[in-house]
Amino acid sequence: MTKAPMSNNKKLMIYLVCGCIGMFGFGFALVPLYNVMCKQLGINGHSSNLPEKYKRELVVDKSRNIRVEFVTQIHPGLPYDFGAITKEVTVHPGELAHAQFYAKNNSNHLIVSQAIPSISPGQGTLYFHKTECFCFTQQPLKPQTKADLPVVFFIDPALPKEIHTITLSYTLYDVTKAVLAVHPEVAKQIES
Amino acid sequence: MTTLNPEMSATINSTSHEHHHMPPRGMMRWLKTTNHKDIGTLYLWFSFIMFLIGGCMAMLIRVELFEPGKVILDPNLFNQMTTVHGLIMVFGAVMPAFTGLANWLIPLMIGAPDMALPRMNNWSFWILPFAFSILLSTLFMPGGGPNFGWTFYAPLSTHYSSDSTALFVFSIHIMGISSIMGAMNVIVTIFNLRAPGMKWMNLPLFVWTWLITAFLLIAVMPVLAGVVTMVLTDKFFGTSFFDAAGGGDPVMFQHIFWFFGHPEVYIMILPAFGIISSIIPAFSRKKLFGYSSMVYATVSIAVLSFIVWGHHMFTTGMPLFSELFFMYCTMIIAVPTGVKVFNWVATMWRGSLSFEPPMLFAIAFVILFTIGGFSGLMLAITPADFQYHNTYFVVAHFHYVLVTGAVFAIMAAAYYWLPKWTGHMYSFKLANWHFWCSVISVNVLFFPMHFLGLAGMPRRIPDYALQFANLNKIVSLGGFAFGLSQLLFFALVIKCIRGGESAPAKPWDGAEGLEWTLPSPPPYHSFTTPPEVE
Ligand SMILES: [Cu+2]
Repeated sequence: MTKAPMSNNKKLMIYLVCGCIGMFGFGFALVPLYNVMCKQLGINGHSSNLPEKYKRELVVDKSRNIRVEFVTQIHPGLPYDFGAITKEVTVHPGELAHAQFYAKNNSNHLIVSQAIPSISPGQGTLYFHKTECFCFTQQPLKPQTKADLPVVFFIDPALPKEIHTITLSYTLYDVTKAVLAVHPEVAKQIES
Repeated sequence: MTTLNPEMSATINSTSHEHHHMPPRGMMRWLKTTNHKDIGTLYLWFSFIMFLIGGCMAMLIRVELFEPGKVILDPNLFNQMTTVHGLIMVFGAVMPAFTGLANWLIPLMIGAPDMALPRMNNWSFWILPFAFSILLSTLFMPGGGPNFGWTFYAPLSTHYSSDSTALFVFSIHIMGISSIMGAMNVIVTIFNLRAPGMKWMNLPLFVWTWLITAFLLIAVMPVLAGVVTMVLTDKFFGTSFFDAAGGGDPVMFQHIFWFFGHPEVYIMILPAFGIISSIIPAFSRKKLFGYSSMVYATVSIAVLSFIVWGHHMFTTGMPLFSELFFMYCTMIIAVPTGVKVFNWVATMWRGSLSFEPPMLFAIAFVILFTIGGFSGLMLAITPADFQYHNTYFVVAHFHYVLVTGAVFAIMAAAYYWLPKWTGHMYSFKLANWHFWCSVISVNVLFFPMHFLGLAGMPRRIPDYALQFANLNKIVSLGGFAFGLSQLLFFALVIKCIRGGESAPAKPWDGAEGLEWTLPSPPPYHSFTTPPEVE
């Protein structure tokens, strides 16, 4: 019990401390891991914010009718009206379709907003493609003005058979502060 | 020799009598102590004080819920009470109590002179009071303390919380560091300081369960530290881990939190399994039935705990295959847990039972913990969980496993080893009063919550619909009775420390283990010469 256990203690402690640091890192590694998994499996309904090209060679599957519903939400605190003009459309997989939304800034200053799309059921995410969407960019909106916001999309004919209805939901967030942090020149626009 | 350096003093044993002196007196003894028994005592008292503080918050919650409508608490204060009650009970009462028991008992049980890393031991205790002072002080700050539930889901803790969240995060960090240091000490002690001849499969089960708990702590406390750090940077430094507007995902918070959270619930119950596995054989006067199956069951519960976190998130819109995966994995845990319950019952079967206070609490544990386990199984069924989710049924479930599970086991442990710790027998009469008051009131308190939950009463809401009024009144009355009963325990412990009939080295005739070979109370340095184990 003189020297030997002390050095054993030290050795074991080194392993344990490394284990702790490793697990702390693992906690953070879960973030990219989660995002990659969700993206690959298309399971958290995280729809893309990037445009996708319509593939002309797609065969429109006339035998299937998919109901697409549109839902909107405003992040609390954002003085906007935001809604879907097109409440729902029925499409065949493979064909291009349009939907119309609107947003109105009810405040007396310029606000930059960002819409985040989300698909339900999550399993449909991988098959729902937007070629045009107001969610691809941040939308500045002048005080008391209204904007029409279009979406063009198509559904991949490979959509699993058990899915008959897809809901596309947009949540509108206020990103003015974040934009100002990167582009301070926008502040002038807001004041004017 | 000074007591500052017991790892040295322990090495110079039979030749020197000097270090058998009594510890220095006064505050400094406790502040500077590196003695495992002193630190164990500090942990246990700290935990008891936290139990009373968290208990007072529970009483306030039950007063508010005594009648529909506002009684005494504003909704925001009510939310702070439920949040801080949970945090205090989990991190302040149950976990430090188990660490205290580990400190007191593991060296005695494995024939060691002290814990392996005594100075770290001192630190791991003394940072705890700071952590909880910080946490409690936030309640008195403008904007109030944490009000987002002990699970601090984003965006509640990021978007909608008060500025004191920074202090909440800081205090969680300190608690985490404290439990990690405690866990490391336990592992190093068990690996390196076992008495010669003590093989792995001879370890007392309390030592085994604590060893596995310590590994769980090291695996998941850093993940908790990570997730609170993300909350901190999301709230104050503009990151968007959990903010959808910035590309994050609030559901990811739940994944990371429950990756910590589910092993955490086993951290709070595995040492309890060890305690019960020591007490039931002692008062059945039989060897524990199925020792090795107990060890394997504990290991498999610990391993499975890492792949079941999703059962807390069935209603988040997970894909069907993950719901099924988490449902089946969760239900598989019932198998090793069932093995344990079976073994305890089989130990009692045809034993010559006697019903001293520790045994009463142990039997109550087996029955009531099993009820908590059953409601857990109900919650594990995905479609059923859609109904039970976020209702009082969940509250009933985790209070059965934590109060009549973990807390009852801690009380059983206190009654079992109190004569060893203090050198005095305690009053059985008072202990029996404490037991019967507790066991009746705790069921009046928690059992009706099942029905409230099934009828649809949501948790964490300061008000409720009129049809829930009668049951809530009963629950509150049970709560007050249970709270008051714990004062009996406090009185009993004080009385026992002050004096009483002196306890023999082994006050329970059926007890087994090295701790009973030492006099009661044991000498300041436990085993200065390692005992021989056949
Ligand atoms: Cu769980």
